[in-house]
Amino acid sequence: MKTNKYSFFFISVGLIALLLGLLCGLLAGFQYIIPDFIKEILPFTVLRPLHTLFVVSWILLGAIGGIYYYIENANQKLVKWHFGLFIITGIGISISYLSKNFEGKEYLEFPSYFYFPIALGWIIFGVNYFKTMLPNFKDWPVYYWMWATGIVFMIYHFTEAHLWILPYFRSNYIQNITMQWKAGGSYVGSWNMLVYGTSLFVMSKISNNESYAKSKKAFFFYLLGLTNLMFGWAHHIYIIPTAPWIRYFAYAISMTEWIVLISIIYDWKKSLSEQNKIDYSLAYKLMILADIWVFLNLFLALLLSIPSINLFTHGTHITVAHSMGTTIGINTLILLSSIAYILENENKFTFISEKRIRNGIKIFNLSFLFFWISMLIMGMKKAHWTFFKQSVSFSQFQDSLHWFYVVFVLFGLGILVGLYIIVFEFLKGIKKA
Amino acid sequence: MENSKKYLLLLTLLVSVFSIYNFTIYTSKSDYGTIHLSKKAINGENIWLKNNCNSCHQLYGLGGYLGPDLTNIYSTKGKGEVYIKAFIESGVKAMPKFDLSEKEKDDLVQFLKEADQTGYYPNIDANIKPNGWVSIKYKNQNYENK
Repeated sequence: MKTNKYSFFFISVGLIALLLGLLCGLLAGFQYIIPDFIKEILPFTVLRPLHTLFVVSWILLGAIGGIYYYIENANQKLVKWHFGLFIITGIGISISYLSKNFEGKEYLEFPSYFYFPIALGWIIFGVNYFKTMLPNFKDWPVYYWMWATGIVFMIYHFTEAHLWILPYFRSNYIQNITMQWKAGGSYVGSWNMLVYGTSLFVMSKISNNESYAKSKKAFFFYLLGLTNLMFGWAHHIYIIPTAPWIRYFAYAISMTEWIVLISIIYDWKKSLSEQNKIDYSLAYKLMILADIWVFLNLFLALLLSIPSINLFTHGTHITVAHSMGTTIGINTLILLSSIAYILENENKFTFISEKRIRNGIKIFNLSFLFFWISMLIMGMKKAHWTFFKQSVSFSQFQDSLHWFYVVFVLFGLGILVGLYIIVFEFLKGIKKA
Repeated sequence: MENSKKYLLLLTLLVSVFSIYNFTIYTSKSDYGTIHLSKKAINGENIWLKNNCNSCHQLYGLGGYLGPDLTNIYSTKGKGEVYIKAFIESGVKAMPKFDLSEKEKDDLVQFLKEADQTGYYPNIDANIKPNGWVSIKYKNQNYENK
């Protein structure tokens, strides 16, 4: 811990951000059921950006903390600066949201001056990473490539996400919104590079086998993923009146992800016979669960990338099911697996602690499955209303969904309970480390 | 050739194509229609952002889902300017009241009016093709439906 204490600081703050993100999500959910609920103190306009800020912070801090831990020889002075910058900026943005000081576009609603410390933090991370890792470049397994690409593309697309401020892009609303979602789709792809790289790292270490991470197949999927990061974003805006080539191109690129899905099914079938032989650790259990969510979400994402389906699902909770499935179902489980791997490596779980975590995983997973399904159902109902029931007012339609929202919030509460149990045990483990 | 060099070469090729693609997206004058926001509408968009309207409302189905989509609110029969201003002033259900000046309200309405001119949402008259493609209906340009 002494040499890499900042890795644990990143992870701890990330875990706390997850707790806060879940709390804000639940409070926002209550406003669907009781519209007046704390609306003057913490209206939905404040809770939603806080929820996304904390959840995104969890993903980024959890991934960055893990990477600093895994690369071992990073310059600790730079890590300290990176940590300090992100913490101060995070607190600043939270205060800005709480005081209703908004300026930016969706998901980056903070005043634009916060761009500078965040970008600087990523640049420091990049300098530190390349300085530490470049001497061994020749032997890099695929996860080192993924981390390197994730950092570089995050800097690029986070900058791109702020280009709309320039007068050149400002006046054409359609170009402006296109640029916003191009950048947004791609910076999510960039952090996915960090998270999926972490997943490959942990799987290699658990199985004590680096052969897959150095195989041509792994690099093929890395380059395919990168192609989708660069060109596959436009399925978010199929419905925006841009020239068709922009959408055609994204449609073609998005469909290449079927190859990933088919490969997952094939590899999963192959590994079935070996499953009983494996001594499941917590990290392994969490990674297997993430794998199931990868399968479900990739299938959903592929369906949403078909324009004739997207026409109906766009602007409904089916899109939210996809984004939450990715951030909570996949990213969170992979990062929890990474943290479990680190703590198991340092022998920081007691028997009771492990038992509690396993119970937390069960509560979380079951609640999340029903939460996800309830969003799909609400999304289908909204699509039906949008295209076939426009004579019913929006307000009447929302009222007709009341009990669906109740169920949605109840399962949200289940997610919160399950993850709180896991996070508290993890934080106790980190305290001992 | 070493594997790492091969991968680096592939990566360089991919980044080169990406650079050309980005250049096209950033500089194209013909791919995004002809509507340009007036200064008043840009001020209105600033009000929209400053009050984080997007967290509850959508434009082109993008945003939060607590409130309705506002892409064509200005041109919808029975709605329009007076309707928009009434909601801002009084709030409703989970929507709080917004204490905006007359000028701010005018600017916001102007933004919604000009955003409305760029297209349709939901695109009810879109044409679904057998290959999964959708030809959307455009308001001001006609790329596909000629």
